Amino acid sequence: MSRVSLLSLQIAVAVVFVAVWYVFTTYPVFGHILLPPFFFSNPVDVVQQVISWFASGVIWKHLWVTLVESMLAFGIGSIGGVLVGFWFARQPRTAAVFDPYVKMANALPRVVLAPIFTLWLGLGIWSKVALGVTLVFFIVFFNVYQGVKEVSPTVLANARMLGMKERQLMRHVYWPSALSWMFSSLHTSVGFAVVGAVVGEYLGAAAGLGYLIQQAEGVFDVAGVFAGMFVLAAFVIVIDMIVTVVERRLLIWRPAVGDAKP
Amino acid sequence: MTATAATNDAAVALNGVDVAFRLADGGVFRAVSNATLNVADGEFVSIVGPTGCGKSTLLNIAAGLLAPAAGSVDIFGSRLDDLNRQAGYLFQADALFPWKTALENVAIGLEIVGVPQAEARGRARDWLGKVGLGAFGDRYPHMLSGGQRKRVGLAQVLIRDPKILLMDEPFGPLDAQTRQIMGNLLLELWSADRKAVLFVTHDLEEAIALSDRVVIMSAGPASRIIGDWRVTLSRPRDIADIKLSPEFHDLHRDIWHMLKEEVVKGYAQAEGR
Repeated sequence: MSRVSLLSLQIAVAVVFVAVWYVFTTYPVFGHILLPPFFFSNPVDVVQQVISWFASGVIWKHLWVTLVESMLAFGIGSIGGVLVGFWFARQPRTAAVFDPYVKMANALPRVVLAPIFTLWLGLGIWSKVALGVTLVFFIVFFNVYQGVKEVSPTVLANARMLGMKERQLMRHVYWPSALSWMFSSLHTSVGFAVVGAVVGEYLGAAAGLGYLIQQAEGVFDVAGVFAGMFVLAAFVIVIDMIVTVVERRLLIWRPAVGDAKP
Repeated sequence: MTATAATNDAAVALNGVDVAFRLADGGVFRAVSNATLNVADGEFVSIVGPTGCGKSTLLNIAAGLLAPAAGSVDIFGSRLDDLNRQAGYLFQADALFPWKTALENVAIGLEIVGVPQAEARGRARDWLGKVGLGAFGDRYPHMLSGGQRKRVGLAQVLIRDPKILLMDEPFGPLDAQTRQIMGNLLLELWSADRKAVLFVTHDLEEAIALSDRVVIMSAGPASRIIGDWRVTLSRPRDIADIKLSPEFHDLHRDIWHMLKEEVVKGYAQAEGR
């Protein structure tokens, strides 16, 4: 399929979706409206809400807060994940001791931690950052751990035969391998950083996209909820595009999926 | 007196080496039994044997990557109890660092021993030229063909100028033409300074064409060295031409006669398993 026809089909899906939404929330079918606007709002109101947010400029503050929280959560979670991942992978005994607790902590639905973080860190950004960190940390941790463990034994033997000492093995073999695993999960971990921030805001905050959605919901402003969702989706797509660009630059040495050679 | 003694010492001497692996069920698998083999300095020795006979294992012993269960290894007369620092090892599987370019892969062996980066890169560029990849320095391994990757591997090992070269079916995964070209390249590079070479292969023709001596191993488990043939074909050799000479054919027939029985035995054991 050519790029143009693919793009036009993608746009067609959106047009049909919005059209169905508009028709069923505005025009009665056999005497009654199938999607009552009170519950489903309608596209026109949602677009108007989004435009008024951007026109008045209130949205920028909320976007900025969510962005800062996400980036902090991603940064702190990644650094922690890399350090602990490396440590556990190189110290199998430590890893074995902590294994059940790591599994336990990872199995815990992170939302339940939000009230605790709010209690400890207040309603500001840090309770949201903490929530994001608990999500990002485990993704990065597991990937780095795997990356260090799954270094090809041949490459490792080759490095040792070339005369590498432990520190050089770290730098030239384990570290690049771990990083490649970490970067391959970049989309997931950045996504989870945003989830942590938004969920935290939703549960109690003074600013941010999650807060905006929660406020709208509190006054049954369904158009506001949908508008918040759309801004959030656009925000995540932009971040995901940036991650893709970063990833392409960092993983230039990796074969693209599909042209891997044996 | 000591000087003469040193020159008389073999580059690699395996003395009654046994190799055993502990199995998951608690038993012990004996891969190689009582292997004794000397490789003189400057000598090109091939080990040939049926699949699964422990040829590669023996190479890992000589490299110090694996410790023998019994017996000992001497490298230029001194006992080997750690990695063999005098040896370069060319692996069968891809062993290049996938996150480094061809040039970085070749230069790394010098950089880690403290050669300044600019000098290491310069010498790596020369070596890439020698293996015919002068224009491919900035490619990553996945952008190179199997044969090109082997060339980079060869340069990566040889740039360190090891006294001993250990090669584990290095051209195994390549097609027949590429193997021949790589064999000639290897002989050309080797003839420049005649390192001791221990070359493992399952391809008898390749072994005869390249080597000064061909050592035959019996089918595993507990495989032994069962034959040791001197190859007196003149050097320099061209692998394609030498395979047409009558001496080559005579030698090939004699050795194959012995190897064939072992190959059949090896298959029988593999099927009985």
